[in-house]
Amino acid sequence: MSVFKDAGHLFRFAGLFVLAFLVFLVVRHYVVPKSFGQYGHYRGAAIGEIAARPVKFAGHETCETCHSDVADKKKIGKHAHVNCEACHGALASHANADDPTAVMPVLPDMAVLCAQCHRASAAKPKGFPQFDPASHYPGSPCKTCHHPHSPGIDAGGAK
Amino acid sequence: MKISRRQMLILLPAAAVAWESVMAGTPEDAPNYKLTDHWWGMLIDISKCIGCGNCVRACQTENDVPDGFFRTWVERYHVSDEDMTRPDVISPDGGKEGFPVASEDGRKYFFVPKLCNHCSDSPCTQVCPVGATFISPDGVVLVDQTYCLGCAYCVQACPYGCRYIHPEKKVADKCTLCYHRITKGLTTACCEACPTGARQLADLKNPNDPIHEFLKTHSVQVLKPQMATGAKAFYYDLDGSVR
Amino acid sequence: MSGVEGFMYPNEIALQWSVLIVLYPFITGLVAGAFILASLERIFRVDAVAPTYRLALLTALAFLLVAPLPLQLHLGHPERSPEMYFTPHSTSAMAMFGYVYLWYLMAVLVLEIWLDYRRDIVLLSQSSKGLLRLIYKVMTLGSSNISPRSLAIDDRVGWIVTLIGIPSAFLLHGYVGFIFGSVKANPWWSSPLMPVVFIFSAMVSGIAGVMLLYMAITKLRKQKIDIRCVDSIAMYLFYIFIIDFSLEMLDLVHRIYEADESFRSLNFMVHTQLYIPHIVIQICLGTLTPLILLFITQVVKLPEIVRKRIYVISGSLALIGIFAMRWNVVIGGQLFSKSFLGYTTYKMGLVTREGLLVAIALTLLPLVFLWVLIKLLPPWPEKSAHAPAAGN
Repeated sequence: MSVFKDAGHLFRFAGLFVLAFLVFLVVRHYVVPKSFGQYGHYRGAAIGEIAARPVKFAGHETCETCHSDVADKKKIGKHAHVNCEACHGALASHANADDPTAVMPVLPDMAVLCAQCHRASAAKPKGFPQFDPASHYPGSPCKTCHHPHSPGIDAGGAK
Repeated sequence: MKISRRQMLILLPAAAVAWESVMAGTPEDAPNYKLTDHWWGMLIDISKCIGCGNCVRACQTENDVPDGFFRTWVERYHVSDEDMTRPDVISPDGGKEGFPVASEDGRKYFFVPKLCNHCSDSPCTQVCPVGATFISPDGVVLVDQTYCLGCAYCVQACPYGCRYIHPEKKVADKCTLCYHRITKGLTTACCEACPTGARQLADLKNPNDPIHEFLKTHSVQVLKPQMATGAKAFYYDLDGSVR
Repeated sequence: MSGVEGFMYPNEIALQWSVLIVLYPFITGLVAGAFILASLERIFRVDAVAPTYRLALLTALAFLLVAPLPLQLHLGHPERSPEMYFTPHSTSAMAMFGYVYLWYLMAVLVLEIWLDYRRDIVLLSQSSKGLLRLIYKVMTLGSSNISPRSLAIDDRVGWIVTLIGIPSAFLLHGYVGFIFGSVKANPWWSSPLMPVVFIFSAMVSGIAGVMLLYMAITKLRKQKIDIRCVDSIAMYLFYIFIIDFSLEMLDLVHRIYEADESFRSLNFMVHTQLYIPHIVIQICLGTLTPLILLFITQVVKLPEIVRKRIYVISGSLALIGIFAMRWNVVIGGQLFSKSFLGYTTYKMGLVTREGLLVAIALTLLPLVFLWVLIKLLPPWPEKSAHAPAAGN
């Protein structure tokens, strides 16, 4: 076996490779997360982790369980499809609290809030109700004539 | 607020379900959620978008989106009928505080809300070197932020510009279709906040979802169809000038 | 929005891939190119370039050792990079980096260098003292067999390794071209030509780099430059440069002719933002000038001293041009919006983790490594350890 005699160094080099490969396999077994590959080439447990993030907007159905009177008034008016938190902000902390009255939502400044959607702009869809703050009763609070939960004047929403 | 006893009896069980879903942790905690029963997408109605920016603000609140980056944003197009290949487009701070007032000049305006399209053949998941971004069995493209290297290859590969590297976490980040909400029976933050119903969550595997009827009776498009990404954000009334 | 012209998707405004990502293909390109030059002697029996054989291998190794550094500095979580070894994603070209790198480093470059130098290493392990003796002893892997038979086996195996090394070098650098070329979202990158252009420009840079290093080091050693060697290298440089230039022109002409939806935006970018890096530096200074200069040396008989000057100028310009090409691909590909409606600017930091100073340091580091390697494994010992190549 003279080839081994003169090629021994090559076998040692190859041996290093084999050793490194075996070490790699062992390390890999311990390092790769257990749920990897569960649904595909990713860590399956990530799905559950992402789904477990905290919720900040309670969702209008939750609001309506306590505030059904508001819901009743809203659903016959022009803001029927405007959800509560669209104006009142994220309120899961209020809905989840043991005592919701301790976590009361701050009422938004209506002049700013209403204009955000309704200030007239040529960019908005033509059929959308818009007003020009400079010429539409400037200085008067919107709620003087428009109840925010049912703002249409002719729908009997006026105060 | 006055609730009658009768109303209470009807509402309490509904409340219990809703509260449980709000408080719930994982999909396992919301035992009614089966991954394979759902295939999520979104329907966006351009004719209804008023560019109020509610969706952008709501998303930022719900998902702690860092300033200067956007999981969803709104673009305003200003198109002339002479050349629709050169629209004027703006998206000031992603449309978060709305848009400046536009004056009538005979040209066409409209708003285009954009978000991750949760592509079923997504190029971003294809290029991830380690499997940190993936499409879930229920059709939502997600990022495993404890596994992501932050190489930004996925950011380069997304044709829609919906990904970014989180400035503090140094990993890829993007719209998750509010996965933590939709798996509990809630809708996404952007859809919840949209005052005109321009954005609606759609479950393509749910036979009762209104999207099926909508798709049968309306023409819809996806962004950059030539990329063949299998995008699942469907746009109604999308103009040809939209990039 | 500072630095933005027109419209960009909000998340596109800041560039994701910095000058370090420009540097990475430049470095691996030098590795691949240097190796190809070495293979010219070993496989294609171009004896004229023999004086640069060992230097080319050491140059390749020096640059290869530095290659992962720009990537590690760029990653948001470099500590997670072993994930590329444990769970590589088979659809991602980037995922093959770990394995291709390791293969090329250990099974090609280190093996070939070890086989070629083994006799010297064994002799040095016997003649040196102290720590150096220990280092050489480790490098012998405990075998001190330098009989003619073992050296002949080394030579044969080394030849096979070099043969495998050529496609391996193409893979090491070509996959980077594919990383860019396969991104359908980016029309500046997406092209089947990209891996080919990368490989040929890599060969230009590697050959030019070794040529310059050979001339500089020989000068520093106060030895005589083998002009026949340098003439030969310059000739190969010229021909490969022609191929590289043709490929880039093909891409350009094709792009202009088809004029797809991205063309208007890209064309504007090349004429404004990218005018200096692309037209002036890459094309005029970095490609046309060295090509013309080299062409002159190929057709006109010039005195040796003039040829040497031209080779130095051409080689330097070629290196600058190839760096500019990487810059224009990586940075250029991020300067325009995927909406084709706007542009942003690249703000390169100075002392940041991915800034200019780090880039300069990473460019100089391989030269430091090369210096160490040359000291450890002299490419030009008094007695050449190159086993007789006859008959194989």
